[in-house]
Amino acid sequence: MAARTPLLAILLGLAVLAGGLQLAGYDAAAALTSLWRGAFGSWYAFSSATLVRAVPLIVVGLGIALAFRGGALNIGAEGQFYAGAIAATWVGLHVAGRPAVVAVTAVLVAALLAGAAWVLVPIWLKLRFGVLEVISTLLLNFVAESLVSLVVQGPLQEAQGIYPQSDPIAEVARLPLLPGTRLHAGLALALIGAAALWYVVARTLWGFRLSAVGAGPRAAEISGRIDARRVTAVALLGSGAVAGLAGGIEVSGVSYALFQNLSPGYGFTAIAVALLARLHPLGVVAAGMLFGALEAGAGAMQREAGVPAVTVYVVEAVVIMVVLLADTGARRAVGARVAA
Amino acid sequence: MTAPPVLALRGIRKRFGSVQALRGADFTLAPRELHALLGENGAGKTTLMQVAYGLVRPESGEIAINGVVRTIASPRAARRLGVGMVHQHFTAVPALTVAENVALAAGWKVRQGLLRERVREFAEGAGLPLDPSARAGDLSVALLQRLEIVKALASDARILLLDEPTAVLAPGEAADLLRVVRGFTVRGGAAVLITHKLDEALAAADRVTVLRRGAVVFEGAVAGQSAKSLASAMIGDEEGGEARRPRTANRGRDGTVAEVELHDVAIRLEDLEVPRETGYGLAVRGASLSIRRGEIVGIAAVEGNGQRELLRAVAGRLQPLRGRREIAEPVAFVPEDRTTEGLIPGFTLTQNVVLGSRADDPWIRRGRIDWRLARSRTAILLEEYGVVAPGPDTFASALSGGNQQKVVLARELARRPRVVVAENPTRGLDIRAAEAVQARLRGAASDGAAVLIYSSDLDEVLALAHRVLVAARGKLLEVPADATRAQIGQLMVTGGR
Repeated sequence: MAARTPLLAILLGLAVLAGGLQLAGYDAAAALTSLWRGAFGSWYAFSSATLVRAVPLIVVGLGIALAFRGGALNIGAEGQFYAGAIAATWVGLHVAGRPAVVAVTAVLVAALLAGAAWVLVPIWLKLRFGVLEVISTLLLNFVAESLVSLVVQGPLQEAQGIYPQSDPIAEVARLPLLPGTRLHAGLALALIGAAALWYVVARTLWGFRLSAVGAGPRAAEISGRIDARRVTAVALLGSGAVAGLAGGIEVSGVSYALFQNLSPGYGFTAIAVALLARLHPLGVVAAGMLFGALEAGAGAMQREAGVPAVTVYVVEAVVIMVVLLADTGARRAVGARVAA
Repeated sequence: MTAPPVLALRGIRKRFGSVQALRGADFTLAPRELHALLGENGAGKTTLMQVAYGLVRPESGEIAINGVVRTIASPRAARRLGVGMVHQHFTAVPALTVAENVALAAGWKVRQGLLRERVREFAEGAGLPLDPSARAGDLSVALLQRLEIVKALASDARILLLDEPTAVLAPGEAADLLRVVRGFTVRGGAAVLITHKLDEALAAADRVTVLRRGAVVFEGAVAGQSAKSLASAMIGDEEGGEARRPRTANRGRDGTVAEVELHDVAIRLEDLEVPRETGYGLAVRGASLSIRRGEIVGIAAVEGNGQRELLRAVAGRLQPLRGRREIAEPVAFVPEDRTTEGLIPGFTLTQNVVLGSRADDPWIRRGRIDWRLARSRTAILLEEYGVVAPGPDTFASALSGGNQQKVVLARELARRPRVVVAENPTRGLDIRAAEAVQARLRGAASDGAAVLIYSSDLDEVLALAHRVLVAARGKLLEVPADATRAQIGQLMVTGGR
């Protein structure tokens, strides 16, 4: 598949959205204009809406790319994100008075470990009984969401005991902000993470083996003498840790507290981000920013043009379908050449 | 006037890529007949029956059922005409019950209580009792096989094509199965038994057809035939009684050992026991073998006699249960299936060469890959091995089978291995590509590697090997130096008994 396919997919997605809006009686031009303004119309819109929404999508998307490359279909990033958010909140409530570096590090490490812990059960089920991780990770999403609602009405509930949310975490546990914006240092972490994953995948033997296991597990084992099960397990573990870290970044950089629906489905949208990037770490950054822009612009579109924000999911859906179809088409073409 | 044959195949030709699987094969099945279809691996037995069952479209030839010429476009069409096939691999749905599986195949209505009773009665009537409420996934192999036959019979098959039905069965179970098939023909059906077991054909069948390389070499009543006569029909005895070796200077043995440069032993196995790659039980039952550097040992065997597991244990890809295994490093391994085990089709040729990397490869530096170096080394290998490809960035999937195999060989032999293990190294290749591959394997041996190969093509084993061993039922049998091709073939099918 050529690199221009994702671009064409986005244009097609926007065209479908515009057509649908026009047919439904909205002013499509006005809607797309406010979509653009909400995402890129001003420095504040770009930094504080688009980029702030892009950070969790990029970080979780990197985790998904890691898992998918290693042949593990982790559909449970949403749950791992929440596990990370719970741990980050708990630590963030207990680090007042420490140096900021220590506090922030503790919060993020806790989130990382909690995300990793959340995939231990799927890993064990897969290695021991061959349970598909697609199912086990997906189901644990519901458990994580229920766990959030349990802790915000129990051990982590705010001091007054009225609202189903936690107290704000300590000031020292919060990520620094770019002055004049709501953009936090999590973006830097996301970019460093993308560069690091790119280096591992493109330059190291371990990263190559990871991709080999995903692309051809039998050949990886027989010709590459790679322990494919172990590589897949490690990829899944790393993927959970990264998704958990994203939850920690969100608490420490944006919400400062834990509550239900902290994530508007970042764990699922990030799957689309990773697929759109074709699992390329740098592509994840671009795709994450695109989806961040779409979701930021959707808010503006609803406020200014009266178009329901959820309609941007049409664009996301079209993009994913076009990219997947193009990939399948490419595989078919290759297959036909082999058979000939 | 006698009744027309229930099934007649005339002049069937079929080609798969560069391989001519059937070259004008004829086959006639008379009413109430149990007909054995014999042949080596790759002789075209299964393909011929798949033509009759509508799974394979022949390029030319004619199919007649009960004297009427028919076009059989699909298995569904075949079943409508009363042709049923029992495949080597089972087709039952594991999650469904026996009764549901039968209903699915025969198109019966699923009304639980009634259905179960109907299936129970039907199976018992056919002499193949089954518990209709058992889940197919819980059945033993023998019972699964039974279910397959019940499914075919329930679809009103009058002609039953059985593809090596006894391969997975214990001797007692095999005898039971053959009795049931006999009962089916006594009640007016006709059956084809695809097999490479001579004793089975002799004991059970009325008539026998022998295929060799896609053509019929013998057809006639079983009466008057012996294991020996059928084996020579299967294997061919064009070389008659003359000793098969030596044919070239490189292939000396015993008296001419000096011609092969013999060095130290690079492969030594003692009483090796290796489990089956899939499922339970032993594939290799106490194999002892030693191969010196510079020597090519060829295993001749009928499919499923433990040779695959033996080779993979030598190559370090399977863990033996018991016994001693001393193998010199590095080991090169050429697996049977190029596109799933030898190569990753979606990777470039460079990536596929790097796939076999070890820490001591020049392009690996402290866990990092120097892709530029790997790419230029790959380009040199492609040149050296005569791979027809646009370059090292080409995807492996874009190459022909022969060129894919050359890439695998290039990768494996580039490390100057001391042990080379190759499974069916030329399967599916055209003659030129096959010769190039064989030349590489000989070259590896003269460079000092101990080479162990298995091929389902006996001629290839004979052409390559300095020494031939027959694998039968998980044991290795010595072949006398002066054995003829026919004698080796005999040993393969009889297991020396």
